[in-house]
Amino acid sequence: MFEYEFMTNAFAAAGIVAVVSGVVGYFLVMRGQTFAGHALSHIGFAGATGAGLIGLAPLWGLVGFTLAAGIVMGLLSERISNRDVAIGVVLSLALGFGLLFMHYYTSFATQAAALLFGNVLAVDHTMIATLAALGAVTLAALAAIMRPLIFASLQPELAEAKGVPLRFISTAFLAIVALAVSACAQIVGVLMVFTLMVGPAAAAQRLTKGLWSGLTLSAMLALAEAWLGIVIAYHTDWPVSFCIAALSAMVYFGALAMPRARPVHLHSHSH
Amino acid sequence: MSPVVELDHATLQIGGRAVLKDVSFAIQPGEFIGVLGPNGAGKTTLMRAILGLLPPAAGRVTVFGRSPQRGDASIGYLPQLRTVLPDLRVRGLDYIASSLHGERWGLPSIAAADRKAIEATLDDIGARDLAARALSDMSGGERQRLLLAQALMGEPKLLLLDEPLISLDARHQEVVIDVIKKVCRERKITVLFSAHELNQLLGAIDRVLYLGNGQAELGTVDEVVTAPVLSRLFGTEIEVLRAGGHIFVLSRGRDVERDAHNHDHDHGHHGHAH
Repeated sequence: MFEYEFMTNAFAAAGIVAVVSGVVGYFLVMRGQTFAGHALSHIGFAGATGAGLIGLAPLWGLVGFTLAAGIVMGLLSERISNRDVAIGVVLSLALGFGLLFMHYYTSFATQAAALLFGNVLAVDHTMIATLAALGAVTLAALAAIMRPLIFASLQPELAEAKGVPLRFISTAFLAIVALAVSACAQIVGVLMVFTLMVGPAAAAQRLTKGLWSGLTLSAMLALAEAWLGIVIAYHTDWPVSFCIAALSAMVYFGALAMPRARPVHLHSHSH
Repeated sequence: MSPVVELDHATLQIGGRAVLKDVSFAIQPGEFIGVLGPNGAGKTTLMRAILGLLPPAAGRVTVFGRSPQRGDASIGYLPQLRTVLPDLRVRGLDYIASSLHGERWGLPSIAAADRKAIEATLDDIGARDLAARALSDMSGGERQRLLLAQALMGEPKLLLLDEPLISLDARHQEVVIDVIKKVCRERKITVLFSAHELNQLLGAIDRVLYLGNGQAELGTVDEVVTAPVLSRLFGTEIEVLRAGGHIFVLSRGRDVERDAHNHDHDHGHHGHAH
């Protein structure tokens, strides 16, 4: 399997993206903003097809559009980003624009399926280098704001009182999510970023109680699902994104079914 | 001794609406103040002003003799539980740790000294076991005690407790009040404790700050909880009955505190903000 360059490329690209998605996704789940992440990827679809229309690489259209949308959602946070309906309307509109751009640039249509559902087996060295750079920037930015981000996510009222700039944090975080979504969409496509960004993170949060153990498990699960998905696809000839999605769903529902580490205490006077 | 919190003809506005109008009072060091009043009377707004999150539209608010400063380490704050994170499996210790130096940039970390301080504070309020428990497994009473421990971190001189009794049953309410009273007496902490019902607080508070109708009245229970004062604050005719060590505040025969409490109870369950 590793004698083929497209396979080693696929493992490298999926590895980078899985770790970034697992880590960023952990905070997305913690903040209850998974739907916002989903929306960002759809908005990215319009960016990617739009970029194709004006002769740019789809990835940069994806990055540009998701980043802009992430920042706008962050700035409007209280009014927009937690309103499912508003987000839903905007993401449908974005998909519609994506369709319109494709309509005017018909030769691009062959790439549409790759954008929507991913095509990890077509990744080249340039793309790997780009994904590595994108991933490094994303993780570095996340590391810079991680402490106040956790505080603001767990206890916004108190964080505000203690001087955490809530709006800046939420905007910076959605910009980080936008970068991670752009990278993730290269592997599993814009329609399926949930499989790497939300599934592993949500499973990890069910199974761990500590921050670092949760982050590590989330990244490891995403990595295992991505790599195993490629292996299964190689042997079965099924689409890679399907294999990753199936593994992600299995792990998530498996984690839901696991008994919790401790029984639920109903009263505080048990001692 | 100079007052810990002083409002001097202060007006506090939210979105152009004056919640408190031309209000003046002074809270002395070490006092345990029960903050009461109907919904929307300005209990949370007052606390936000003391925290420096809401500058007065007119008049002056002073805390420890100066303008309130956001992030003042000498104020401990227990916000009303609005953020509902039911499925979050984060340990009690990590939850509190996230609030220590949570405003600094970079990666989170927990120093050995911080860990010890958190455990010592949890010990003080008899909740050591919460350090290792997941937030999602805690009852409402346990969460409130965890938040109380958090508010006590860093040896605050002033404690702002916004509805710490909400969604607790009567027995847990008593436990929380007793713990707060004991710890704050020992450490000479000034307390503002907002609640819907006066009766549970009667044994704990030194004075009561009653808010309503844009006004505020600070004094002993006997001075403030009277028909004339409360009628003014509620903007309707109020009767005050005392029986068996309890005080009932009635409007047209209905218990206004109990009504308000039940009303808010519903909101709490649905996770709404006010």
